Amino acid sequence: MTEKNYTTVSIPKPLAKKIKKRMEGTGFNSMSSYVTYVLRQVISSMEEEEKAEEFSKEDEEKVKERLRALGYLD
Amino acid sequence: MSTPHGGTLVDHTASKKKSARLKEETREMKSIRLTSGLRKDVQNLANGVYSPLTGFLCGNDFDWVLEESRLSDDTPWTLPIILDVTEEQRKELSIGEEISLLTEEEEPFATLEVEELYGFDKKRMARKIYGTEDQDHPGVKRVMNMKDHLVGGDILQFKKNSTDFEKFHLTPKETRILFREKGWRTIVGFQTRNVPHMGHEYVQKTALSFVDGIFINPIIGKKKAGDYRDEVILAAYDTLMDKYYLKGRAVMSILEAEMRYAGPKEAVFHAIMRKNFGCTHFIVGRDHAGVGDYYGPYDAQDIFDEFPDLDITPVFFKSFTYCEKCGGAVDGHICPHDDKNRENFSGTKMRNMFKEGKTPPEHMMRPEVAKTVLRYEDKFVGDQK
Ligand SMILES: [Zn+2]
Repeated sequence: MTEKNYTTVSIPKPLAKKIKKRMEGTGFNSMSSYVTYVLRQVISSMEEEEKAEEFSKEDEEKVKERLRALGYLD
Repeated sequence: MSTPHGGTLVDHTASKKKSARLKEETREMKSIRLTSGLRKDVQNLANGVYSPLTGFLCGNDFDWVLEESRLSDDTPWTLPIILDVTEEQRKELSIGEEISLLTEEEEPFATLEVEELYGFDKKRMARKIYGTEDQDHPGVKRVMNMKDHLVGGDILQFKKNSTDFEKFHLTPKETRILFREKGWRTIVGFQTRNVPHMGHEYVQKTALSFVDGIFINPIIGKKKAGDYRDEVILAAYDTLMDKYYLKGRAVMSILEAEMRYAGPKEAVFHAIMRKNFGCTHFIVGRDHAGVGDYYGPYDAQDIFDEFPDLDITPVFFKSFTYCEKCGGAVDGHICPHDDKNRENFSGTKMRNMFKEGKTPPEHMMRPEVAKTVLRYEDKFVGDQK
């Protein structure tokens, strides 16, 4: 997309070197796209761990009632 | 179970009190009559099937989806959910205004808060989403026939979901509670728009053997002439599940949405919706959501490489056939025999047999399923008088 959707971050040069080495043979053609990929993976796995789901008690009961009526639950 | 896409399950259905008020208030509002496809989009937005979306896309998100296959907050999103209006309608509407959305039968059922009105380039959209501007592509044709302007903004549904199949219609909130009650932690989703044959059963059960439960989720909506009618598909699955699946391990409910035939991008979209229903895995077949030869047979599988943050695991199946020597469905990984021992699970062939009132052989389709299909006089779209 247009450049306005991208920004630059600074990382230590030795790390950049390591990343470059890691990239070899991955099919990624730029360090930016590789780093983006890795960061998305890391961040999404952190978010995954964060939540437990909550519905209100009323909601739950109403839903279970319908599920029973339709034969999905005994 | 999967966390809803974007983190929170959207619920944009109005409370009882608010619904009663909106029923009155919408009489005074400007209104837009929706097609059945758009009405389904509104229901899916309201029920959280399209979480994290809470309404029709505004211009910035629209651009992001086209260019990056992501929303402007970086959440993966491959197909734009948009509401098109005519030039005249656009002139009538103003930003910040609440308008009423009508069903095909002109019943008010939801409201929309107009957040943005914008134009769009249809050819660009066709190119970006479908990879072609060829109007023989049904998705492209649909885009080119859209009205010229788009309205973005949040929706709120104040009437119950309208569905022809009440018994099989579950919302993501309902499936999530259902899966939890069943004690399922890992769930594989299966998308279909067909009567199940032995090949489908093989894929489903192979996947099921690695997870706690399978969620069979036929897509119900506008279909091409010659496709099985929705009723027939549901009855066929009902029979199959009754006779050949464990009740504690398999659930079916419908997804009311229109096929867009966007191949790879639609495959990701299908996975996202199933994630919202609670699935942790999603089966992606050969040429998933494809049409004609616009996409390579495994494009819809390869695209998942671009989304390390999708948080639903795609399960890929190559093509599979029946092998008489193996005595069942096989793929290239498991069968050493050659082609003369094998027979394709040809949906077309089975459809043609049904058209002649014949029963497909048992190694192609369960006899109980075939019997169920044969019970219907009008099996296919376009058969009705
Ligand atoms: Zn074999």
